[in-house]
Amino acid sequence: MKLGIMVNEGPYTHQASDSAYHFTKAALAKGHEIYRVFFYHDGVQNGTDFTTPPQDDRNVVKRWSELAGEHGLDLVLCVAAAQRRGLVDEDEQKRHGKTGHNVAPGFRISGLGQLIEAGIQADRLVVFGD
Amino acid sequence: MSEAGATKKFLYINRKAPYGTIYAWESLEVVLIGAAFEQDVSLLFMDDGVYQLVKEMQTKGIGMKNFTATYAALGDYEVNKIYIDKDALTERGLTLDDLQHLVWEDENEDWAEKDSIHLVGRDEIADLLDEQDVIFNF
Amino acid sequence: MLHIVNKSPFTAGALQSCLRIAKAGSTILMIEDGIYGALDGTAVSGQIREALGDITVCALSHDLEARGVNGKVLDGITLVDYDGFVELVTANDGVQSWL
Repeated sequence: MKLGIMVNEGPYTHQASDSAYHFTKAALAKGHEIYRVFFYHDGVQNGTDFTTPPQDDRNVVKRWSELAGEHGLDLVLCVAAAQRRGLVDEDEQKRHGKTGHNVAPGFRISGLGQLIEAGIQADRLVVFGD
Repeated sequence: MSEAGATKKFLYINRKAPYGTIYAWESLEVVLIGAAFEQDVSLLFMDDGVYQLVKEMQTKGIGMKNFTATYAALGDYEVNKIYIDKDALTERGLTLDDLQHLVWEDENEDWAEKDSIHLVGRDEIADLLDEQDVIFNF
Repeated sequence: MLHIVNKSPFTAGALQSCLRIAKAGSTILMIEDGIYGALDGTAVSGQIREALGDITVCALSHDLEARGVNGKVLDGITLVDYDGFVELVTANDGVQSWL
């Protein structure tokens, strides 16, 4: 089955991203297709490469990146939400004259249309948030 | 029909008050973008979500944009099925008169102006959820 | 329909809103802080016990264990792991998260 995932909270403060990760991993292991994981609201913070958690804690961002690498997951950060919260890719860095870019491997910034499209294409959409 | 395929029934459920958190505002942004995809869209306001539609908000003092003015434009985007949990209104001491009057123009009836808002009870809400292909929660 | 509740019933209205709307034959899955709604001897246990006649109530075992309360679950509640969570999503026609 084709599943869409929406993550509405950032890492660490709320469990939403952890739950979404474990769900996604289990779905992939069972042979389901993850059409897209869409990060919205503070959820875009799951895509910052600048995360450096202590060594004895999980690295939520890296974990998503690795899962994307292994399974070709499409991890999308909402551009409007990302701009508000300081998530910047190379294009956005140039366009807005920022000092750096911080989108982690496996993530891309795109529009809200990607969320709607996931709703249309996937058999189920599961929302994780607060 | 959208480019992506057959029309699906999309329901946006709003259960949170405005301003205290950003969910209401960013939910509306999804609805506006989603309107371009020509799906069968409904909005449901329940619990504290009904506070989003209170009219005459003055946000100057808190330094935030009054995004709720955009609700009045939803009819122009062909988003005209707006359901409000009547029990949520009553519990909060509100009536329809406290809310924005949202309308749309029906092109099949010579652009007659019609109400977008429908008050619903628990059984209608349960049926509404059952009918959907996709539910977005904010 | 699958209803997902991730809030403690003692701080948020999510479980109450869900119970009000969930139809007979539907399933409620409690995850994250929502699992506190699955415990015996609480102010909502009676209500859950009553709902169990018409509704399947599940709780995510990992979240119960993490919070040290897996020994306190009400009889009649089904424990599921993340695999079970996936199965609930695919087996039900719709998914509603009571955020």
